[in-house]
Amino acid sequence: MTQAKTDQPGILSRLYAFLASVKLTLAVLLLLAATSVIGTLIPQNAEPAAYLRAYGDVPYRLLRVFDVFDMYHSWWFQALIGLLAANIVVCTVRRWPSTWRIVASRNPAIGSNGSASPLAEFSDARPPQELSPLYTGYITSRFRSHRIEPGENGFRIIAERGRWTRLGVPVVHLSVVLILIGALIGSVLGFEGFVNIPEGGQADRIQLRSRTGTMPLGFEIRCDDFNVSYYDSGAPKEYRSSLSVLENGRPVIAKDIIVNDPLQYRGINFFQSSYGSLPPSDFELSFTRKGSGEAVRHRVSIGQSVELPENAGRFTAREYRPEYRHKNTDVGETVLGVLNRPGVEPTTVTLPLRFPSFDKMRKDEWGIAIEGYDRRYYTGLQVTRDPGVPLVYAGFILMIIGCWVAFFMSHQKVAIDVAGGAKLSRVKLLGSVNRHRIGFENRTRRLAEELSHL
Amino acid sequence: MNSSLVLSVTTFVYGFATFLYLAAWVFQKDALNRSATWVAVLGIAGNAAGFALRWAESYQLGIGHAPLSNLYESLVFFSLVIAVLYLIIENSYGFQTIGAFAMPLAFLSMAYASLSPDVSDRIQPLLPALKSNWLIAHVVTCFIGYAAFAVAFGLSLMYLIKQEAGDRGTLRSRLPDKRLLDDLTHQMVMFGFLFLTTGIITGAVWANSAWGRYWGWDPKETWSLITWFVYATLLHARLMRGWQGKRIAVLSLAGFAAVIFTYFGVNLLPGLHSYGA
Repeated sequence: MTQAKTDQPGILSRLYAFLASVKLTLAVLLLLAATSVIGTLIPQNAEPAAYLRAYGDVPYRLLRVFDVFDMYHSWWFQALIGLLAANIVVCTVRRWPSTWRIVASRNPAIGSNGSASPLAEFSDARPPQELSPLYTGYITSRFRSHRIEPGENGFRIIAERGRWTRLGVPVVHLSVVLILIGALIGSVLGFEGFVNIPEGGQADRIQLRSRTGTMPLGFEIRCDDFNVSYYDSGAPKEYRSSLSVLENGRPVIAKDIIVNDPLQYRGINFFQSSYGSLPPSDFELSFTRKGSGEAVRHRVSIGQSVELPENAGRFTAREYRPEYRHKNTDVGETVLGVLNRPGVEPTTVTLPLRFPSFDKMRKDEWGIAIEGYDRRYYTGLQVTRDPGVPLVYAGFILMIIGCWVAFFMSHQKVAIDVAGGAKLSRVKLLGSVNRHRIGFENRTRRLAEELSHL
Repeated sequence: MNSSLVLSVTTFVYGFATFLYLAAWVFQKDALNRSATWVAVLGIAGNAAGFALRWAESYQLGIGHAPLSNLYESLVFFSLVIAVLYLIIENSYGFQTIGAFAMPLAFLSMAYASLSPDVSDRIQPLLPALKSNWLIAHVVTCFIGYAAFAVAFGLSLMYLIKQEAGDRGTLRSRLPDKRLLDDLTHQMVMFGFLFLTTGIITGAVWANSAWGRYWGWDPKETWSLITWFVYATLLHARLMRGWQGKRIAVLSLAGFAAVIFTYFGVNLLPGLHSYGA
């Protein structure tokens, strides 16, 4: 019984000591760095078929067991992050009482931990009483706080500044925890999805990336127009979608979105992500008679038939193919049709959009060409919600400020000891600082220099 | 006279400055030291002028934007910050042997930009994803961070070369002493870490407003975090006894290797982030 009671605090305190060690910090940081490399060398979240082809069956299965193909969301990676968070919290909690004691203290002291030997010393021909107001006035403008203590045959001024900068380190660490909590909230309560909307169309559900199936939005989003513009060089200049949000069929807000300028509604964000062309719905066709050059035009949609003049036959636009190979050559978007003429076998007609005079190769009496078609697009929108973002952003701001304070500011204490008699004073400067010692020592020596010239 | 010409000339100026710093280290003549500094200042002037000129040229072409959008432009900025950071150190501490290790980095970066056939100096219009005010903040902070880490790399090399006091009259003895090299390395790493942190953060906020997520574990993001982890390890390792000095220097070298991979290596991997090409 008593054996068990003395064992328990042992385990807990050992765990506490483990989580409070800097050695753990170094190990976890290096492990996180090393394992993160793996996920950049092995593509993440690709199709299983691609992995099988690349690595073979057995390695694929082995890597799958450890979730290497989505390793940043794997249990072991997240556990490492959790361990880092625990390490940060325990270390911060452990050091907090002594940090706060220093920050909240009213009476700075330069004790034995300050430099035992003075950083600078000099003599002055005046007695201490004369120097006291001189030095006090000088110090007041340069240090946040100071106090004067009487000393043997003289006095001591203890000045300090930057006590609050000791908060820099705990703030940086707190910010990391804040970011991790924000990320957790986002992954649990948020979502990431996408939706493709054709021009003129609308959607009230989106496709989620993490699981199959769709999710209702609770409102409709309509794409009134999509536009892509190009630079003279041919490179894309802008992708713009004109969107409207509808509640119960009534437009509530309308906004044009471009990359870097999304639409936000009820906590859900819509980003311009991609686009695509839809098969043109109908085509302007011309039928030209060889020889006479006589031509007629018809507007035809897929599945529709058109009669040629003088009962020469009937053309049916059978199907549209986004990709088509004609005799081992890739010709791109193509309309495939059938030409029925009296007394002749039906002929296949190939009309690539890119090559208007293609049909001339058939050397038929009537040559068919596509004169025009309407380009229709759909807009690809990334749809997300992340309630953790405010917390993460707060963490970001705290981290930048905390790093600045922790790296470039310090808690400085200077003691000016003046002792002497009626005709002579001996002045010694001691100092203590928690970082940037070399710079601080240089500055203190310069201070001594300035005091000696007062 | 166009910006590419100015920057090509700057490459040779940096090269000459490198030569002078190395010669000063070997021959220890005052004249060499002084001229090295002047040539370095000249190089910085050319570098900055080239940067500003290119910015103006983009407006003349009707596609005005800050010259921070591709590999060539980032290399030019990288060289500029390395050279400026080094001169600040030289001005504060006066140890010009550091120039023999820092200037080569500025020179190599500019040489790669100006002379490599793989790096195009044509001014291109911004792709839709890059049209954002975050471009300047993100690229500038990241590259100030990278440049500070590059200088820290040079200092760490010097640390590892330097022996304890004892050598006299050798090249090694002319290097600053280890305590100062260690201290300066630490300062450069802190400075670099602050800017890398800000760079990663501005990148995350930009990604959130462009792509809807502030972190996607794409190779560039992940490698910048790997770099951050290595330098965070370095900063914390200083708190441990037995991890001073040599191990810190090695971590600084490893960190810079991570910086190089983050900068160049990721462009060889697939992903959304290959603007550096």
